[in-house]
Amino acid sequence: MNSIKNTVKMTYREAVREAIREAMRKDERVFLMGEDVGRYGGCFAVSKGLLEEFGPERIRDTPLSESAFVGAGIGAALGGMRPIVEIMTVNFSLLAADQILNNAATYLHMSGGLFNVPIVIRMSTGGGKQLAAQHSHSLEGWYAHIPGIKVLTPATLEDARGMLWTALEDPDPVLIFENNTLYNMEGELPVDAGALDIDHALIRRTGTHVTLITYGASLFKSLEAAEQLSKEEIQAEVIDLRTLRPLDHDTFLKSISKTHRAVIVDEGWRSGGISAEISARIMEGAFYDLDAPVERICGAEVPMPYPRHLEEKALPQVETIISTVRRMVKSNG
Amino acid sequence: MNAGQTPEPIHMARERDHNHHMLYQMLLIRRFEGKCAELYSSMKIRGFMHLYDGEEAVAVGVMQSLTADDAVVATYREHGHALARGISACSIMAEMYGKREGCSRGRGGSMHLFDDKTRFFGGNAIVGGGLPIAVGLALADKVQKRPRLTCCFFGEGAVAEGEFHESMNLAALWQLPVLFVCENNLYAMGTALALSESVTDITAKAAGYNIEAEAVDGMDLSAVEKAANKAASRVRSGKGPVMLECRTYRFRAHSMFDPELYRAKSEVEAWKGRCPIASFIRLLKEKGMLTDTELHEMEERIAIEIDDAVAFAEAGMWEPVEELTRFVYSDRRTE
Ligand SMILES: Cc1ncc(C[n+]2csc(CCOP(=O)(O)OP(=O)(O)O)c2C)c(N)n1
Repeated sequence: MNSIKNTVKMTYREAVREAIREAMRKDERVFLMGEDVGRYGGCFAVSKGLLEEFGPERIRDTPLSESAFVGAGIGAALGGMRPIVEIMTVNFSLLAADQILNNAATYLHMSGGLFNVPIVIRMSTGGGKQLAAQHSHSLEGWYAHIPGIKVLTPATLEDARGMLWTALEDPDPVLIFENNTLYNMEGELPVDAGALDIDHALIRRTGTHVTLITYGASLFKSLEAAEQLSKEEIQAEVIDLRTLRPLDHDTFLKSISKTHRAVIVDEGWRSGGISAEISARIMEGAFYDLDAPVERICGAEVPMPYPRHLEEKALPQVETIISTVRRMVKSNG
Repeated sequence: MNAGQTPEPIHMARERDHNHHMLYQMLLIRRFEGKCAELYSSMKIRGFMHLYDGEEAVAVGVMQSLTADDAVVATYREHGHALARGISACSIMAEMYGKREGCSRGRGGSMHLFDDKTRFFGGNAIVGGGLPIAVGLALADKVQKRPRLTCCFFGEGAVAEGEFHESMNLAALWQLPVLFVCENNLYAMGTALALSESVTDITAKAAGYNIEAEAVDGMDLSAVEKAANKAASRVRSGKGPVMLECRTYRFRAHSMFDPELYRAKSEVEAWKGRCPIASFIRLLKEKGMLTDTELHEMEERIAIEIDDAVAFAEAGMWEPVEELTRFVYSDRRTE
């Protein structure tokens, strides 16, 4: 054992910045483009300082033109670049939904395999900051509906730091969703932190009584619930999906074969959401392993209201996870 | 000017009252928002909040050209428009608090002020998102042969969005009664106009759609009012949409989270020297239409109006959590 410190303290925001910086240094085809990524430093300050380091060609401020600059990112990818396109929040990505769905996701197929689109599109997502009905949604599950793109949801510092490079090396379009409540989260990151796999879910906590399946900011609520439940002798296994498309169901199916119970925690809307897909995969792959019906704790089906008490009520909370698991385990021991 | 010997001519009295009314509105907006900034610091107001300091002459000047029947579509920087449109400071403040007495029952907050009585259709926080809505409101008026217009405010940043261009074209193509008001404050968050537009003259874009456009000094209330009246009467005459570009400046940060790395302090100071409120006060005093006492009394009335608004918001109720999912679909009345 040596006593040399081999971790550094940083925030999620800094971890994303480090990932961008590393990619820019490693590959000159990489550039960052989006609204206010340069002079302003990024609307969530992710790209702060990068303009000074890399200059305006590679840290490219765009006008308010989501459809055009996402489309231009697709074109630049076709032209041999490796663009990282930043959209301020998922709600604004809807102005570029045409480019994402009709072009990025389809080019390879409709060209019969001739043209792949190696673009990475990053955006913030999620509620919790009282930003109301046009700035607070979790549409990553919705994007996960689309074949042809990959959907990443880094929750931890390691993933914020490690998923970007792998995404850039992917030959196809990758969307990265950064939950806006995570940017200030602080933690220790190994000094040699680097690229990570983007194909697998991970067990963040092991347990035997129930499997909590989640991602993004809900991961930490689930871990907190698991911690509290452990004091009542209920051991929850917590799975961080990390990637919503392609969905690694093997990891959660295997876990359920051990725990026999599953609860899905997702900030997104319930109807037709990623939670519905996960539940269906469980029905298909683990039906006979289940001791209880699958439960879902999702965002309430409402455009996000502004006041804190209503927003809190609209989002999954630790208390709800605990009471759901408790009820499930007790009624079916 | 007259020392009281001869009675003031009636038109002078009217002009003075009108000017006092507009000054009151500008000052109310400035002080109201000063209070909002304070309340934001004390966490009574949350979320994103965008203040309008420096731009008051635009909302107040343009509103003078509207009638009660007209519609207004605004952006997320809309406290000033809401106040100038006549929505009460109480219901706006309650909205910022998230209370059910707010103009949007607290569900919208700072960026989503709505009011049916004054036909105030938001409060839109998607840049450019209000423009097509304005086109549709005007379409409904035209088709239903109602003699009214829709006034649509947007920032110069919105001009880069496709929705701006598509809306301009539709409104012109269908000759709809829309008054487009571009509030050109030179920056879209941290992006200066020259860095986001290949053609920085916004009126030139209107010309591309055969829409009559005029640029006006947005720091000069009288100039804005005059230009707005002219533009609105042209719209009312049925000759299709008109665009008014008001050249202005925001004195404060973009929102409460903006470190303002993108512009020089000296530039901000220079623009503050052109404060529309201070200039208007100076003008009125020069014309003998405003005394220090009157100004002082006005400030006192405004202070009371704002105190009342805060008290009203404080005393307001929260929407019950049981009603979380109300207003996702319309409440059906059973008659
Ligand atoms: C479609 C969309 N993209 C990005 C944003 C984030 N955003 C909010 S305000 C703003 C700047 C808009 O500038 P401008 O239209 O000039 O209006 P101003 O804020 O100066 O009043 C940006 C980029 C948004 N709200 N909507």
